[in-house]
Amino acid sequence: MSFNNLDTLYRQVIMDHYKNPRNKGAIEDGSVTIEMNNPTCGDRIHLTLDVDNGIVKQAKFDGEGCSISMASASMMTQAVKGQQVETALKMSGIFSDMMLGKEYDDSIDLGDIEALQGVAKFPARIKCATLAWKAMEKGIDENQS
Amino acid sequence: MNVNEIRRQFPILDQEVNGHPLVYLDSAATSQKPLSVIQTLDEYYRGYNSNVHRGVHTLGTRATDRYEGAREKVKKFINASSMQEVIFMRGTTTAINTIAQGYGREKVGKGDEIVITHMEHHSNIIPWQQLAKATGAELKYVPLQEDGTLSLDDVRETVTKNTKIVSIMMVSNVLGTMNPIKEITKIAHENGAIMVVDGAQAAPHMKVDVQDLDCDFFAFSGHKMGGPTGIGVLYGKKDILNKMEPIEFGGEMIDFVGLQESTWKELPWKFEGGTPIIAGAIGLGAAIDFLEEVGLDEIEKHEHHLAAYAMDKMSQIEDMTIYGPADPKERAGLVTFNLADVHPHDLATVLDAEGIAIRAGHHCAQPLMKWLNVSSTARASFYLYNTEEDIDKLVAGLVKTKEYFSDVF
Repeated sequence: MSFNNLDTLYRQVIMDHYKNPRNKGAIEDGSVTIEMNNPTCGDRIHLTLDVDNGIVKQAKFDGEGCSISMASASMMTQAVKGQQVETALKMSGIFSDMMLGKEYDDSIDLGDIEALQGVAKFPARIKCATLAWKAMEKGIDENQS
Repeated sequence: MNVNEIRRQFPILDQEVNGHPLVYLDSAATSQKPLSVIQTLDEYYRGYNSNVHRGVHTLGTRATDRYEGAREKVKKFINASSMQEVIFMRGTTTAINTIAQGYGREKVGKGDEIVITHMEHHSNIIPWQQLAKATGAELKYVPLQEDGTLSLDDVRETVTKNTKIVSIMMVSNVLGTMNPIKEITKIAHENGAIMVVDGAQAAPHMKVDVQDLDCDFFAFSGHKMGGPTGIGVLYGKKDILNKMEPIEFGGEMIDFVGLQESTWKELPWKFEGGTPIIAGAIGLGAAIDFLEEVGLDEIEKHEHHLAAYAMDKMSQIEDMTIYGPADPKERAGLVTFNLADVHPHDLATVLDAEGIAIRAGHHCAQPLMKWLNVSSTARASFYLYNTEEDIDKLVAGLVKTKEYFSDVF
């Protein structure tokens, strides 16, 4: 038996991020700290962002969860690091569209994140993939207010 | 007990999910419904849908007869001494909240204690946390043994003369542990406390006799025993319920209404404010008929057998961790586990691709997850319609899941 349809979910690059998370840890004196969890399943993310002058200078995460949530967090930190706040938020919007299976703006290169496209076909797992992005949005929102 | 015959009574089981025949192993979350329950709901809505206890028309009388007839069935099902002790509610959560607010706010004060355990479902934790916060009482937890059981010595140690309420689940939705409720009730009563039993995972699966247990309250949900969602039962001893104030006020529960003062109906209706859950209660009555026709002892035996079979087969998989009592005789029909480093969500997704439905997550028992030192677990739970073949498919799925993830890693 094969799990061919599952291969669209568990892409090699996702499993690589799960196994070797990028930007794992916490920024000592990060300007924003966000704790977010998915109460239905127990996934948890602790995200720190160093936002300076409208730029996300550094992003680190810690937490526990399934391969999709942790890989997504790793990819998210990689993607937003060095980006302007507006770009980071725009990326989040694009990612959300991608998860909903909508047409999405491809003018911004999302890099590894595109590997998560397959999650859209597994509705029960979309919340796993969006957790880190929601945390990032909340963090930037709190930083701006 | 003829499982194939029983399976034919559950139309939902006869379908393919993701290209495979459905293997439903999530009955502890909610059970499937037999044809007789589905037909009963259909008959009610097509034939005699009407409000109860009011008006004099024919449909109203029919609906009232069937609604109160369901109460009679529940009374016999749990061996309550009177129909006045059977109150229809939305489910176990609402029932426990009603006790915490209706009984607790009156009887519990500063310096008093409420005793629960580390294995409780959130619905038997948070109502007591809120009560403790509101009254200044202390919420105490009976610790668990290494194998996820309770020791009566620990119960004796935790329950004191200051304890007003002891509230414990009869069967754990995670560990499968069957708690010695009768003995714990004795300890509660010796200390002057009342005993509340969360029966959500017990009533669907074994004979329950509230008079034999001697508990003061017993709560359970219809949807876990073949009944519809949105219906549950609060059983309470008559003398306690009589002295207890309702927490919901309005239509249906009143006797005389004046401008400034009102009086309540007698039991059980004083606790059933608003139009009751008529279809739900009648559906629950049909579910009880169905379970009793099969026989609760038979169902319990079948599930014990499945649990033993599953534990035997599953423990042969390498890197398998099974939680709860090791002896299948000491547990109910569910197995909670973790497989190697595969996260339960990933495991559940892979099994779902094979048509196998299990639960993954914290099972509404975060304090227990903490005690187990895991963030989440996977759970396969069984009911009267499950077979050894279902478990064989689960085991094959688990072996393949492990292979799949060892390939990707």
